[in-house]
Amino acid sequence: MELYKLPAHKLHQLIKKREVSVEEVIISLFKRIEEVEDKIGAFLSLDKEEALKEAKKWDKRLSREENPGILAGIPIAIKDNICVKKRETTCASRILKGFYPPYSATVIKKLKEAGCILIGKTNLDEFAMGSSTENSAFKITHNPWNLETIPGGSSGGSAAAVASGEATMALGSDTGGSIRQPAALCGVVGLKPTYGRVSRYGLVAFASSLDQIGPITKDVTDCAHLLKVISGKDELDSTCLDYPVPDYPKFLLPDVKGIKIGLPEEYFIGGIEKEVKENILKSAKLLEKLGAHLEQVSLPHTEYAVATYYLIATAEASSNLARYDGVGYGYRTKEEKNLIDMYKKTRQEGFGDEVKRRIMLGTYVLSKGYYENYYGKAQRVRTLIKRDFEKVFQKFDALITPTSPTVAFRIGEKIDDPLKMYLSDIFTISANLAGIPGISIPCGFGRNHLPVGMQILTKAFNEEMLLRIAYTYEQNRVNS
Amino acid sequence: MKKEIDLTQVRYIAHLSRLELSPEEEEKFTEQLAKILSYVNKLREVNTENVPPTFHVLPLKNIFRDDKLNLSLSQEEALSNAPKHKYKQFQVPRIIG
Repeated sequence: MELYKLPAHKLHQLIKKREVSVEEVIISLFKRIEEVEDKIGAFLSLDKEEALKEAKKWDKRLSREENPGILAGIPIAIKDNICVKKRETTCASRILKGFYPPYSATVIKKLKEAGCILIGKTNLDEFAMGSSTENSAFKITHNPWNLETIPGGSSGGSAAAVASGEATMALGSDTGGSIRQPAALCGVVGLKPTYGRVSRYGLVAFASSLDQIGPITKDVTDCAHLLKVISGKDELDSTCLDYPVPDYPKFLLPDVKGIKIGLPEEYFIGGIEKEVKENILKSAKLLEKLGAHLEQVSLPHTEYAVATYYLIATAEASSNLARYDGVGYGYRTKEEKNLIDMYKKTRQEGFGDEVKRRIMLGTYVLSKGYYENYYGKAQRVRTLIKRDFEKVFQKFDALITPTSPTVAFRIGEKIDDPLKMYLSDIFTISANLAGIPGISIPCGFGRNHLPVGMQILTKAFNEEMLLRIAYTYEQNRVNS
Repeated sequence: MKKEIDLTQVRYIAHLSRLELSPEEEEKFTEQLAKILSYVNKLREVNTENVPPTFHVLPLKNIFRDDKLNLSLSQEEALSNAPKHKYKQFQVPRIIG
């Protein structure tokens, strides 16, 4: 068995028994990267030298340790909108090309303490704005299952790296589905934690009331371990709550007896591919067979989620992205006559199409005369969407939906029609608006033998339940 | 039907956004933004009377900390990514004539 194919918890067993060294794991990963990266294009930067140096350090350290942590020596890829000290962090944007953060994100510090080895930074839609990774200023990432299709987005590089064996696991960020949708389309596991579960310090801000960092992994077990490592209070992010971090791997129980699962009828409507729907319903039935209680439920404001999201997310983005002015860091135009002119040219030359479009939309909906009708209205509808979930979670432990209405689409298929692209997030964005956690796990194949993802949602701070249901499904799927 | 947004408004919004759009972009964005705005107008169907806005999903209050000095970036580190700096300060085009 090639080491690059193994999930972290299996590598851990081999490392612990000293059957393989961390260095061998890293070498296997980089060999795989050399073989396939030309075709996949998952990474924006790689750091083999540093990774090997770290591996040797951990091999030495682990030779003295009886019980190393499960992530000690495990290779991980990082979405390139998460700051790593002195490593180029671009957000796949020209405006941040050559930006070397003077500090690391809190999640990076936590990963390093746990012994993870950073192998590279992955591609994304510029500033995480997109659903296909085609909005990257630097390269296109291809779906490992079919190189002519997109890997999803915006964490497309992270999902493609894990799916192709170029990374054992990865971090992504999710503002409207950017972890779950690419995980679904690439056939891997992706989890968006509850808002406030994981520190956002060092994550380049897109929409601050929606953004969360989360794991992308080969299986549910790895997901639980990685989530445990990155979760918890942070002095540097005041929206990161001081709630105890459960021992997530303890909830990997193959048992759903008596668990109440709702199937929201609004998530099985027109526009969804037949094979996607069939797979999700079949998967839900399997959970029912294993003892879960299944019932149809309604989230009546679902059809307004996309509109609500694109008003709130762009409004917040237009404000967050005002910081790119060519002064403190990043790109600056060569033509600078006066200050305003310098700002305008810098931003015009530095940002790509989708980012400009969202800054424009966000500025418009916040501008005088339009604020209440657009931004204000969206915030009120957000309350109704949140209440829909609160109501169903009074009676149900979890909801099951498709992650994406379709399997991976062709490169170029939706790029000229922003609205069509936005609608591919239709099933994931409500969780961000409501602040609740969601996981996407592989559940078979649809059109053209491309992976389908099943999304599980629970109330806030109940990642334990997500993991338990996901794990039960994962353990029983092969046998069904 | 009145268009959701016209060229004059797009130019004004571009100015507020500090973007110097090309004429082609102005035209393209006018059309695309109009389409997106007419889609989001579906929110008008929703009755939001007496519904409070959600700015933030968490039951957060202000979090205060003691006013004491912590480690922060050195001047050198803070300037390390600046496109232009002079006399240990960020340099910008001349502002006062």
